[in-house]
Amino acid sequence: MKEQLEQLQVEALEEIKVASTQKALNDVRIKYLGKKGPMTEVLRGMGKLSAEERPVVGELANKVRASIQETLEARIEEVKAIELEAKLAAETIDVTLPGRTTFPGNSHLLQQIIDEMEDLFVGLGYTIAEGPEVETDLYNFEMLNLPKDHPARDMQDSFYITDETLLRTHTSPVQARTMLEANGQPIRIICPGKVYRRDEDDATHSHQFMQIEGLVVDESISMADLKGTLEVFVKQLFGESREIRLRPSFFPFTEPSVEVDISCFKCGGKGCNVCKGTGWIEILGGGMVHPHVLEMAGYDSTKMSGFAFGIGVERMAMLKHGVDDIRHFYTNDLRFIEQF
Amino acid sequence: MLLSKKWLNQYIDVSDLSGEALGDLITKNGIEVESVTSRAEGLSGIVVGHVLSCEKHPEADKLNVTKVDIGECEPVQIVCGAPNVAAGQHVIVAKVGARLPGLKIKKAKLRGVESQGMICSLEELGFEKKQIREDEQDGIHTFREDVQVGADVLDLLDLNDEIIELGLTPNRSDCLSLYGIIHEVAAILERPYTLPTANVTSDVKTDVTVQLDTANCPYYAARQIDGVTIEESPQWLKNILIAEGVRPINNIVDVTNYVMLELGQPLHAFDAKKLGSSIVVRQAENGEEMITLDDMTRTLDSTMMVITNGTSPVAIAGVMGGANTEVDDTTTSIVLESAYFDPASVRKTSRTLGLRSDSSARFEKGVDPERVLTALDRAAAMIVELSGGTISQEVIAGGKDSNSRTIEVSIDYINGRLGMELDRQTIVQILERLGLKVEGDTTLTVHIPSRRPDLELPADITEEVARLYGYNSLPSSLPASQAKGYLPAINVLRRNVRRILQGAGLSQAITYSLTSEANASRFDEHGSEKVRLAMPMSEERSVLRTSLVPGLLETARYNTARQQANVALYETGRVYFEKGDTLPRETERVAGVFTGLWMDHRTQGTRIPVDYFVAKGVVDTLVHTLRLDVTYEAAVLPDMHPGRTARILKDGEVIGYVGQVHPAVSKDVYGLKEVYVFELDLLALQTSSTLLYQDVPRYPSVSRDLALVLNRDIPAGQVEATIKQAAGPLLIDLSVFDVYTGENVGEHEKSIAFSLKYQDPTRTLQDEEVNASYEKIVEAVKVEHGAEVRA
Repeated sequence: MKEQLEQLQVEALEEIKVASTQKALNDVRIKYLGKKGPMTEVLRGMGKLSAEERPVVGELANKVRASIQETLEARIEEVKAIELEAKLAAETIDVTLPGRTTFPGNSHLLQQIIDEMEDLFVGLGYTIAEGPEVETDLYNFEMLNLPKDHPARDMQDSFYITDETLLRTHTSPVQARTMLEANGQPIRIICPGKVYRRDEDDATHSHQFMQIEGLVVDESISMADLKGTLEVFVKQLFGESREIRLRPSFFPFTEPSVEVDISCFKCGGKGCNVCKGTGWIEILGGGMVHPHVLEMAGYDSTKMSGFAFGIGVERMAMLKHGVDDIRHFYTNDLRFIEQF
Repeated sequence: MLLSKKWLNQYIDVSDLSGEALGDLITKNGIEVESVTSRAEGLSGIVVGHVLSCEKHPEADKLNVTKVDIGECEPVQIVCGAPNVAAGQHVIVAKVGARLPGLKIKKAKLRGVESQGMICSLEELGFEKKQIREDEQDGIHTFREDVQVGADVLDLLDLNDEIIELGLTPNRSDCLSLYGIIHEVAAILERPYTLPTANVTSDVKTDVTVQLDTANCPYYAARQIDGVTIEESPQWLKNILIAEGVRPINNIVDVTNYVMLELGQPLHAFDAKKLGSSIVVRQAENGEEMITLDDMTRTLDSTMMVITNGTSPVAIAGVMGGANTEVDDTTTSIVLESAYFDPASVRKTSRTLGLRSDSSARFEKGVDPERVLTALDRAAAMIVELSGGTISQEVIAGGKDSNSRTIEVSIDYINGRLGMELDRQTIVQILERLGLKVEGDTTLTVHIPSRRPDLELPADITEEVARLYGYNSLPSSLPASQAKGYLPAINVLRRNVRRILQGAGLSQAITYSLTSEANASRFDEHGSEKVRLAMPMSEERSVLRTSLVPGLLETARYNTARQQANVALYETGRVYFEKGDTLPRETERVAGVFTGLWMDHRTQGTRIPVDYFVAKGVVDTLVHTLRLDVTYEAAVLPDMHPGRTARILKDGEVIGYVGQVHPAVSKDVYGLKEVYVFELDLLALQTSSTLLYQDVPRYPSVSRDLALVLNRDIPAGQVEATIKQAAGPLLIDLSVFDVYTGENVGEHEKSIAFSLKYQDPTRTLQDEEVNASYEKIVEAVKVEHGAEVRA
C-alpha cells in the first residue's frame, strides 16, 4: 500500500507537470483527488490495515495528498499566468498608430494678442470699451481735435458712407464716447476693435485692421504714468528684457505726443534685419490727451489729465511672430491659423 | 522736407557733426529724420573736361570719338554715345580709375577704338531725372559758365554734401523752410546762428496797384523789377535747388524757389508786360477757366481764390500761376508777389483741383506774416544781383495780424503733466533755447513768435520742454489712483462662445467686413437695407456684410482650393444694416462653416464626413454648455437647402439657423461641394441667472424605451415636445436613440425609438407610477400624431 501511494504520487506529479491548461489540471485533480479517484480508494482500503500500519499509512496518504494538492495549485497559478500572457500577447496592437485625436480649434492670432492685452490691462484696473464701427464724422474726427479742414486728416484717408458717416479710421471715437458718458468722472479703458482705411491691400497694408487703444483720465495723470504703463505692456508682450524709447511725435488728439520704440527682441539692440540695423523697432504712438479733446468731452483740462495710446494688433503679431504679410490674417489659410 | 547740410552750415556751424549724428539729434528732439544720404557716396575721380574734337566713330553710327583735355599733360581719347556731345563743350569726365555709383571706370575698347574714361550725364552722378535740365535729360551735362579744366566736379556741383530728409508732421510746418530748421537746430545744439535777411529801399515809383476783394487774402505785397535779363542761374544756386529737390529753370523762377525754401514764403513772379498794372485778388466765378503753368485748363468755382489783372485770372492764389503771365526768355520786367493766403482756402482749392505745389503745401499750413515782406525784399535783391534791373517801391494791400501772442503756463502744470520736478530755471532755459521769451515766476508768460503757429496751449509748451529736456529722461510710474478692472459681460460671453466652439474643434477666422453687393444679399431672409460705401475702391469691397456666412464660405473655398479639404471654422463679428437713422444697426453674430471630413481616424475605421448633424451637434454643444434651451424647426431659408435647414428658436424668438448651403449656391458661387453652416445672434446666447444647486440623486432612476410608428413627415422634435408635456415632472431625460424606415413599417411611416428616464429626488419610484406616465404618453402621441406603439 505504501508503494501504491508513492507510485500514485509520482504519477500524479508527472501528470501535473505535463498539463498545460487549467482544464487539464482540473482533470488531473479529479483523477487523483476526486471522490472516485485512487486516493479515495486507497484511503477506503485503510480499514483492512493493522492498527500499527494504519497511522503510518494514514500519515503517508495525507502527505501524498497534500503534495499533489500543493503542486497542483502551484501549477494552476503557473498555467493561469501563462494563459494570461498568451491572451495579452494575442491582444497586442501597434501602439505607434495614430490616436483618436480631438484637437481643439485655434484662436486667431490677432485674437490671442487682444486677449493677452485685455487680461493684462484688466489686471491693471482697466475695463474694455467698444463702440460702433460705422461712426459719425463728429466722433471719428471732430471730437478728437480734427476739425473738417484740419491738415492731419490727410494722414488717414477714409471710407465714407455719407458726408457725415464713415467706417471708423481708428478706435479713438470709442474714447470720445466713453469720456462723454463718464460725465467728468475718471476713466481707465482699453478699446480693441476693427478699423478701416482707404488702402490697397498688399503685404504691409490692409484696408481693415485691428487696433487696441488705451485711455486713462484722472486727476494728476502724467507722461511718466504713460511711460510706466507702456513698459509693463511691452515687457508682457515682448519679454522682460525689453526697453522702450520715447520720441516726440504729433497726433491731433494728444499733446505732448510720443512715438514709442522697443529695443529689438531679435538682436537685443545690436542691429539686425528686423530693426533695420537701428536696434529699435517703432511699435506704437500715444501721448497726453489733448486739452481740447478733454474739454470737448466735458472735462476741466486744468484739473483732469489723461494719457492715451494706440497699437496696431497686426503689427504686434507680425513683429512678435515674424509674419511677413498682413494679408495672412484675413485669408484664414488653415495652414496659417493652425500654426498658432 | 530735404535739408542740405552744407546750406544749413552757412547759418549755423554744424561742420563738426556728420549728417547721421545731426539727424539722430534732430529725431531725438522732435522731428523724425527719415533718411540721410551722402551725395558724394560712391563718386571719385570726376573732373571737368574740355572737348577738343568730336568725330563720328568709324564703326558705329551712334558713337563719337572725342579728344578731351582733362588738365593733364595729354588730352585723352574718350568714346561717347551721348547725342548732344560736341567739340568746345565743358563736360564731366570720369577718368580711368574713377568711381560712379555701381561702376568703376577702366580703359576699354569700344568697337575697336580705345576709350580712356567716360563723359557723364548728371543721372550717372546720382541726380534724379526731374532735377536735370530738360535738354540734357537724355544726354551728357555741359557747363554753361566758366569752369577750370581738370577741376573736381564734386566741388563744382557741391556734391560733398549730405541731404537730411525730414518727415514733418502737420504741426511742424515751421520747418518747411531753412529759416525754421535753423531755429530748431540752434535750440538742439545750443549754438549761435544767423538768419537770412534783406534790406531793400527804393523810391522808384510803380504803376502797379493791388486791390483785395476777398477775405481769404488779408495781406498782399508786390514789387516791380524792370530791366531784368532772363538767364540760367549761377551754379551755386542751381546746386542748392537740386540738393533741395527742385529743378532749376531760370534766374527769376530759381530765386523765387530759393527764397521759398529759405524763408518758407512762396513767391510768384509775373511777367509785368503781360500782367499790366492792376492786381485784383478775388474769388473765382463758377465755371471761370484759366490755363495754369503746367498747360492744363482749369475750371474754377467760387470757393477758389484767384489773382486777376482786373478782368481775368492770372494765377490761382497760392497754388499755381497762369500761363498767360509766365516769365519767359523775352521777359524784361516782372512783378513779384508775396502774400498771406488763408490756409483753409488754399487747401480746399488744391484738393478740389487735385493740384498740389510746393507753394500750396506751405500756404495751406499757414505762412508767417512776418516774413511776407522779408521774402519779397530778399528775392528782389537777389534778382537784381543775378539779372540786373531796378526795384520799385513796394505795393502793400491789407495788413498782417498783430504779433503779440502769449501763453500762460505754470511750472506746476508742466511738472504735473510730465510727472517731473523741473525747476523754473531749467524750464526757462529750454524755452529760451527755442527763441521764446519768458517772463514770470511760478506762472510763466511765454511769448510766441509768429514762426511757431503750432504753439497755442500750455500743453504745447509742456511738449517743447519735454522734447528738449529729453523724452527718455522721463521717469516711469503707474497711475496713482485705484480702479476696478473687469471684463464686461459681453467680453465674457464672447470668450465662452469661442472656448466652446474651439473645444468642439472649430478654429477662429476673421474676415473682412466689406464685401460685394451679391454677398451682402445672400443668406438674408429679410432682404435688409444694406450699408454701402460712397466711393468704394472695388465692387468686391463696397458693401458692409449682412451675414458672416459668405465670408466664411469664401474662406472655405480658399482652403479647399489649396488642398485643405476639411474645414471647420467659426467667426464672431458684426453685421450691419441700414436703418434710416444716422448710424446703421450693428449686431454681433457667431457663425460656423463645415466641409469635408469632420472626423478622420482612418486607421481606426472612423471617417465621418460633415453632415447636417455635425453642424447641429456643434450648435447643440454650444447652447447646452451655455445652459440655454433652444428648439429647432424645419425652415426654408434663402440660399439654404430646403430640406436640410432648421431655424433655431429660444423662448419662441428666432435666434439663428443651421443647415446645408443650397447645393446650387455652394457649387456655383463658392466652388464648394457639400457645405454646412450655422449663424446665431451672439447676444441671444447671453445667460444671466445664477445656477442653483440641485440635490445629487440618492434614489435610483427608472428607464423605459418607447418605439413609435408614425407618419414619416412628423419631426421627432414635435413628438418629443408632446412626450415631455404628457409625461409629468418625473420624466427627467428623453432622447431619440433610433429612427427606422423600411420594410418593417408602412411606406409613408417611420419608427422612432425614445429612451425615457424617470426619477424622483426624494424617494424610490414605484413601477405603477412610471407605467401610468408611460400610458399617458402613449395616449398623447396617438392623439397628437397618430403614433402607435411599435409591436
